[in-house]
Amino acid sequence: MRDLVPDMPSCLEVDRLRVERNGKGLLDVPRLLLDGPGPTLILGPNGAGKSLLLRCLHGLIRADTGRILQDGHVLNAAHKARQAMVFQQPVLLRRSVSANLDFVLKRLGLSRAARKGRIEELLAEGGLDTKARQSARSLSGGEAQRLAILRALALGPETLFLDEPTSALDPSATQMIEAMILRASARGVRIVMVTHDVGQARRLAADIVMMQGGRVVEHGPAKQVLEAPRCPASRQYLAGWLVT
Amino acid sequence: MQDFAVQFSHATHLILSGDPDLWAIVLLSLKVSMLAVLISAIIGMPIGAALAVARFPGRRALIILMNALMGFPPVVVGLLVYLMLSRSGPLGVLELLYTPTAMIIAQTVLVTPIIAALTRQVVEMLAEEYSEQLRSLGVSRLASVPVLLWDARLALVTALLAGFGRAIAEVGAVIIVGGNINHVTRVMTTTIALETSKGNLALALALGAILIGIAIAVNAMVSALTLRAEQEGLRHA
Repeated sequence: MRDLVPDMPSCLEVDRLRVERNGKGLLDVPRLLLDGPGPTLILGPNGAGKSLLLRCLHGLIRADTGRILQDGHVLNAAHKARQAMVFQQPVLLRRSVSANLDFVLKRLGLSRAARKGRIEELLAEGGLDTKARQSARSLSGGEAQRLAILRALALGPETLFLDEPTSALDPSATQMIEAMILRASARGVRIVMVTHDVGQARRLAADIVMMQGGRVVEHGPAKQVLEAPRCPASRQYLAGWLVT
Repeated sequence: MQDFAVQFSHATHLILSGDPDLWAIVLLSLKVSMLAVLISAIIGMPIGAALAVARFPGRRALIILMNALMGFPPVVVGLLVYLMLSRSGPLGVLELLYTPTAMIIAQTVLVTPIIAALTRQVVEMLAEEYSEQLRSLGVSRLASVPVLLWDARLALVTALLAGFGRAIAEVGAVIIVGGNINHVTRVMTTTIALETSKGNLALALALGAILIGIAIAVNAMVSALTLRAEQEGLRHA
């Protein structure tokens, strides 16, 4: 499986991407290249277009113009099949914890024995091994989000998109999820994650994309963007100003 | 008053003594209604689920029609089924009129819109919640139907029980197509109507008590399932 093999993450490229609704531009990204190792974190105020960009990259929303390339090729169904996404509010099937994982493993065509082994591995990875038979809907917020990440990882994705996965969680639950994300990144999964939390960006990011008003205002290595942001909007946001 | 007490006492005796005629009527009622609900579920659930997830011109009109059919007068359904099955009707050659099969057909026509409409409502709410996640997991709209039906299973059992409640209490349609023939098509509701008109209140009362018991049991099951569904977050309304 892809997520078990140490590898360089796949390269994602945005080319002249534009999304409009009712004549109003919601997203306008002329160019963005995500090709470095380690997690990319997208930061910016509400309405900056972070989640919209993530959904475009994952193919959930079709842009009005422009294209997305993966490893130099226009994103197609085969690429999308090797992507996964975790949402801010985890959407879990109304089944047991293990049945949620089994659902995606079945879709991959794994045998019953292979699925059983993989489910055990995944549950151990997310610290949910004692909850396998429990209803997924009865999990705590942190556990539910861990299960959502495990289910995404079960697909063996090359790219994992995460839309503010820890926004409603306490520090302990956040820490567990961040550890899972870093482990996946170390295994070669490209991580693209939206967050409002500058501290989280400091802990996780290899590179940071700053967005405002539907545009990328700055993209660079995390150290540079966090310590010496070039753009005034980034400086204000990172300084804790109430940027709108 | 004394007469009523005597009739009530006879009714109790009929129930407790296991009167074969009375229980044959009860069993036939249950058989007809359960089969009608089963067939309605097979037809109505996929229709309801398809209307919940598919997008096509005229969908809204179909939903309105289906909702309107839920309140279709049973006697009119009985009349239409009678016309279809009567000797001069298009299905007359099957000779189904005045048989339990005709009653099952009539009840199926009545119950299918109920199950389809409730399924559409339940599945549509769930589909809204699941939509992005299922697309993200690569599940097509068509492939999402069994996923949604399975995950809405508790709420759908409630829909089935609602359909059963409608079927078992129905009298107008089954009396037209069944004919209320003793030992052949006589069910609880039609027997109550007939025996009351004949003055045989004991049998009517006994069947009425059983019918009320079934209605209470069905409602209790609906309440229990609704409670469980709410606990599992199955209901969103």
